[in-house]
Amino acid sequence: MPLALMILRRLFWIIPVALGVVTITFFAARVFTGDPTELYTPPEATDELRAQIRERLGLADPLWVQYGKYLSDLLRGDFGMSFTTGLNVGADLSDRLPATLELGLVGMVFGVLAGVPLGVIAAVNRERWPDFLVRGVTLGGMALPQFWIGLVLIWIFFVTLGWLPGPVGRLPIGVNPPPLLTGFLLIDTALAGDGEKFRLALRQLALPALTLGLTTLAPVARVTRASMVEALQSDYIRTAIAMGHGRRVVWFRYCLRNALLPVVTLIGGVAGHVFGGAVLLESIFGWPGLGQYALQAIERSDFAALQGFVIYASLLYVLAFLAVDVLYMLIDPRMRTP
Amino acid sequence: MSDVLLSVENFSGAFRAADGRLTPVLHDVNFALRTGAITAVVGETGSGKSLTALSILGIQPATFVRTSGRILFEGRDLLTLGATALRAIRGRRISMVFQDARAAMNPVFTVGQQLAEVFRLQHGGSRDAAMAKAIDALRRVSIPEPERRARQYPHEFSGGMAQRAMIAMAALICRPTLLILDEPTTGLDVTIQSEIMELIVELGRSAGLTACLITHDLGVVAETCDAVVVMNAGRVVETGTAEAIFTAPQHAYTRKLLAASLLVPA
Repeated sequence: MPLALMILRRLFWIIPVALGVVTITFFAARVFTGDPTELYTPPEATDELRAQIRERLGLADPLWVQYGKYLSDLLRGDFGMSFTTGLNVGADLSDRLPATLELGLVGMVFGVLAGVPLGVIAAVNRERWPDFLVRGVTLGGMALPQFWIGLVLIWIFFVTLGWLPGPVGRLPIGVNPPPLLTGFLLIDTALAGDGEKFRLALRQLALPALTLGLTTLAPVARVTRASMVEALQSDYIRTAIAMGHGRRVVWFRYCLRNALLPVVTLIGGVAGHVFGGAVLLESIFGWPGLGQYALQAIERSDFAALQGFVIYASLLYVLAFLAVDVLYMLIDPRMRTP
Repeated sequence: MSDVLLSVENFSGAFRAADGRLTPVLHDVNFALRTGAITAVVGETGSGKSLTALSILGIQPATFVRTSGRILFEGRDLLTLGATALRAIRGRRISMVFQDARAAMNPVFTVGQQLAEVFRLQHGGSRDAAMAKAIDALRRVSIPEPERRARQYPHEFSGGMAQRAMIAMAALICRPTLLILDEPTTGLDVTIQSEIMELIVELGRSAGLTACLITHDLGVVAETCDAVVVMNAGRVVETGTAEAIFTAPQHAYTRKLLAASLLVPA
């Protein structure tokens, strides 16, 4: 089975990719940020205390010894300790991952479910008003920075209208999270049968997800439109029309599937960004996800945390593009025969 | 004449440029297709023969506009029909075989699926029954192992096999009154070309089809067609029975075509 073989081979490639990424991050972080001991030492500390702290942080050894130790720890599944949280980086990451995934999934599903039909509508009404409308709106969505869209949405829906809660994270301040099961608040509250908390979590999620959705929708709609316009002019669409198929069947059944390949590629790339932690977005909405964690790690030269994040993000990219290739093979039979 | 199935009358048209200017390409085209006959429309590339054929089904390029004339099919002007009425004619009454069948079939569906879906569209019935009809149609156009072939995609077909499948779809699945074939053998090997033409003639005879064969290949025409329409630069220059055209061409352009085709010693 060539599909399974391809997946296995690609999964194997994660190992060298991760190794390369770890190595580059390891040395780059240390070369460019210098000694982080100062950040974690009181200014009045003696030299002995300073040396002690450096020892405690594992920064006293020569660089290559540190590197060797980090790799051997990693092989045992130990990501090392974060300087800032004092916890194991693996635990930190799995703690924040659900927040990023929940926001990313909801935002992207909305963006794709709205973007693809908009692209189709624009393409089949080419050079008429629905097309101009979609192209205008999506141009805005691509030209405006995500954080700005987020701020404007907060201004409209929280500050002015008061319909949605402010950007204070995944639950309103003072509300305890539901019992931890999956880390996805919508799922956990639903499983706990806590309708009120589900509603609260959903309301907190609405604005950041809408922001993410709008910025996903724009490129998805544009790529769908371009690729639909091309497919609509193909010989096989002319055949489908000549055989008497109706417009909607032609558009959505015969044309769309052919037009989806570039859209899938785009979504794969977007997914890489989104699940790698949309740093600014998470900052604006106080969202305790991976983006915030990574940003903090950079600011505080938190080496283990930064490396852990980069490993995770690179895995995610490899998996996202693997998913893209698998989807390619499912959508287009020509990809299945080498 | 009562036995005329379709007639193109004073049909003129032009391409509209982005700035709205019209470039005339068809000038007063007139010809008729007699019921049960195979009529060839011959001419060089760019003579307007394909454009005329596509206009019959309303699938001409979007930039082409009619400036005058009509196309009568069973007494109705196809050029004035609404979308629904046109759909009722497409496939069911008038069907079309295209050049380059591999590109004319949808790359992401199996050949069997495509035939079956057209069958269900026009005759209804279950998925399984439609697939059985599709396989049966593939068998009747002499595609070997039709059950296996039906599960394959167009890119797994050779050009000749794909054209057989296209003919199966347009002629056997659709069962139209009029079959238009737009350069059905262009791009195929010479031996395959003659096989495809034999198939077309055989199906035409056995199903009592009226056929309109668009081609630039007079060799194909001589052996198979009853009537011939010669087009050049958007005009019909000569019409007549195949015999008359080949033995006593009236127009200089027809004689030039005949000479170029090497059929007749010049």
